[in-house]
Amino acid sequence: MNTTSTSVAQDAVLQRGEARLIHEGGLHARPSIKVTKLSKRFQSRVWIGLSPNGPWTDAKSIARVMAMKTPINTTIHFAAEGEDAERAVRALVALVEGDFVDAPDDAS
Amino acid sequence: MTQVDSKPICFRGTPVSPGFARGCLVILDEAVPTPTRTRGTADEERTSLQDAIAQARDALAQLMAATDDSEAEAILSFQSEMLDDEVVTAPAFDAIMTGVAAEAAWNAALEEQIREYREAEDSYFRARASDLCDMRDRVMRQLCGATSATIPAGAIVVANDLPPSRFLEIAWDGGGAVLFEGSPNSHVAMLARARGVPMIVGLERGALQGHQEAIMDSVNGMLIASPDAAATAAYEEQQKLAAQAQAEEAGYLETPAATADGTRVQVLINVADGTELDRVDPAHCDGIGLVRTELLLRTMADLLDEEKQFLAYRRIMLWAQGKSVTIRTLDAGGDKPIPGYTVDGEGNPFLGIRGVRLSLQHPQVLVTQLRALARAATFGPLKIMVPMITAPRELDQVRALLETAVKDLRQTDVPCAMPQLGMMVEVPAAALAVDTFAADFYSIGSNDLIQYVTACSRDSSPLAPLQDPLQPAVLRLIREVVQHADRQQTAVSLCGDMASDTRCIAALLDAGMRCLSVAPAALGRVKGVVAHYRVGRMAAGDVQGGHS
Repeated sequence: MNTTSTSVAQDAVLQRGEARLIHEGGLHARPSIKVTKLSKRFQSRVWIGLSPNGPWTDAKSIARVMAMKTPINTTIHFAAEGEDAERAVRALVALVEGDFVDAPDDAS
Repeated sequence: MTQVDSKPICFRGTPVSPGFARGCLVILDEAVPTPTRTRGTADEERTSLQDAIAQARDALAQLMAATDDSEAEAILSFQSEMLDDEVVTAPAFDAIMTGVAAEAAWNAALEEQIREYREAEDSYFRARASDLCDMRDRVMRQLCGATSATIPAGAIVVANDLPPSRFLEIAWDGGGAVLFEGSPNSHVAMLARARGVPMIVGLERGALQGHQEAIMDSVNGMLIASPDAAATAAYEEQQKLAAQAQAEEAGYLETPAATADGTRVQVLINVADGTELDRVDPAHCDGIGLVRTELLLRTMADLLDEEKQFLAYRRIMLWAQGKSVTIRTLDAGGDKPIPGYTVDGEGNPFLGIRGVRLSLQHPQVLVTQLRALARAATFGPLKIMVPMITAPRELDQVRALLETAVKDLRQTDVPCAMPQLGMMVEVPAAALAVDTFAADFYSIGSNDLIQYVTACSRDSSPLAPLQDPLQPAVLRLIREVVQHADRQQTAVSLCGDMASDTRCIAALLDAGMRCLSVAPAALGRVKGVVAHYRVGRMAAGDVQGGHS
C-alpha cells in the first residue's frame, strides 16, 4: 500500500495514494468504469492524475478518465478531499493494485 | 435460388467472427432521424432532453438485465455511465439555455467527444467512437420519437456500422452481420465472437439494393448476394466441410490421443487464472501441464497469503480428479510485473531478474507458495515446476526450501505431501546442459526458448520471421532434451504455443516428444493432428529444418 497522508501546507487536506496500472491494454472502458463507479461511492471530491503534481482529473467523470488514455505500466496517482477521503484513496489504490479483479461493480 | 432479376454478385471483406450464414438480406440504413418535432421554450427543451436521456438509460438497463455475458454488460454500462456524466451532458443543457433546440444541442455536444475518439492514435480508443455514436443516436431516437426497424430472425444484416446495443437487440439465430466500416477491435466484433455470430467488417462498397437473399462466408470473408445454384452448392459444400472438421475435432476430443499407428501421446492443458476450467471436461485431457500462478496471484498480498493460495490450488486439484497437475512457481518479471515484487526499470527485463531468479531473492514469497503447493498435493498428483532455471544450483536451492517447508508442515501436523520438483527448459544454457540438472521432470517452454535461441524479442512483430519455431536450432534442442529425458526415464513435455500449433505438432512428434500441453480450445484440434501422424514417418537422424 502506498497510501500516505501528507502535511504539506498547500494540500494539507488532500489524501494521496498511488498504484501501478498492470491492466492489459491500459485504462480502457471496463477498468475506467470501475474507477468512476467506486469514486462516486464516496462523498469526497476525488481526482486522478499521472504525476504527484497533477494535472488532476475528476475521477467521477467517465469521459475525463477515459480521455487520459492511460497505458499499462503507468503509475496512477489519486488525491481526495473530504470526510471519507482517506477511505476513498485506499479503495482506489487497492482497486488498481488488485488489477480491478474483485472490484464491487455497483455504486448503489 | 429463385431470384431471377438479380445476378449473383460477390463482395469481399475482413472476417472478424468466423462462421457461415444464409438468409434474407436486410440492409439497414438507420440514419439519425430528421427531427420533426417543434422547438419549445428553453425549459421545455431542457425537460425533453432530460426525459430522452432518462429513457435511453432505462433502455440500456433493460438490455443489460437481459444479457448474460460480461462483454455485453461492459459495453452497455460504458454508455450508461457516459449518460450519467455531467461532463458529457452539461454542454447540451448549456446550449439549450441559450435558445438552441434540444436535438441540435445534443448533437453538437457529442460531436466534439466523438471526433476526439475518431482521431485517437490507439485503435482501441478509435473503436470507442462507435459506442458514443450509438449512445448519441439512442437519445436522439427518444427525442424524436423514432423507433428502429424490426429485423426478422436469422437475417444477414448489412449496415454501415452496427452499434453494440443495436446488435444486442437483434435475434441472430443463424444469421450474420456484414459491415462497411468497423474493425476487429470494435465492441460489436467482440460481441459477435463471444456469441458465435458470423461477422465481416470493411466490406467493399457496391450496389446491394434489390438483392433479397445472401450467403455469408466469414471464414473467407465473402458476401454473395442473390446466389445462383452453383454458388449455393459451393457454399453448402464449404459449410459441410467446416461442420465435418468441427465434428471430427469433437470426436477426437473425447478419446485419449494416439498416433495413426497406435502410439499414445499425452495431451494436457495450460491454465492461466483457473476460470477456463469451467469450460473443459477433465475427461478430455490427460491433466494440466502448466498453471501460470503469476496470473492467479497479482498482488504482493496474494503472494504472502498461504491460505488463499492453498484454496486456489486445491480447487484445481479437485477439478483434475486425480490426473497429473503441474503448477509453475511464480514466473513474474519480464512482461509480467507484480507491484512491490518485480524489479522496476530494468534495461532488459527478459534477460533480467525474473522467474526463479526473482523467487530466490524473495525466499519468504517462494516458501509461502511451496507450503501451499505441498498442502494441495494431498488432493492428487501435484508437480512443481520452476521457471527460468539456468544453473543446477538454482533448482537445488528450491529443492532445499521445499524439503524444509514439507518438514515444517509435518512437524505442525498440517496435512501435506512431497510433490515432484521439475524444471522449465527455456534458457538455452539449461537446454544444452540438461544432463547436469537434478530434476524430477522437464517441461520445455518453447516461447521463451525460441526468443532466447534466436535473440528475438517475443513482442517484436518485424522479427517474427526469424522466430520460426520449426527452424533446426530449436528443433535440435528439443530433440536433445527429449533424448536425455528418455535415457534417464524422466518425464518430458512441451508447454509453449508450439504444442497448440498444428504446423508444429508433426515436428515435435518427430523429435520424440510424446507429451503436449496445449491451450484448452486447441484440445480437439491437436488430438486430431496426432491421430493422423505415423511414428517413423521420418528417417532416423537429425531433425530437418523448414517443414513448411
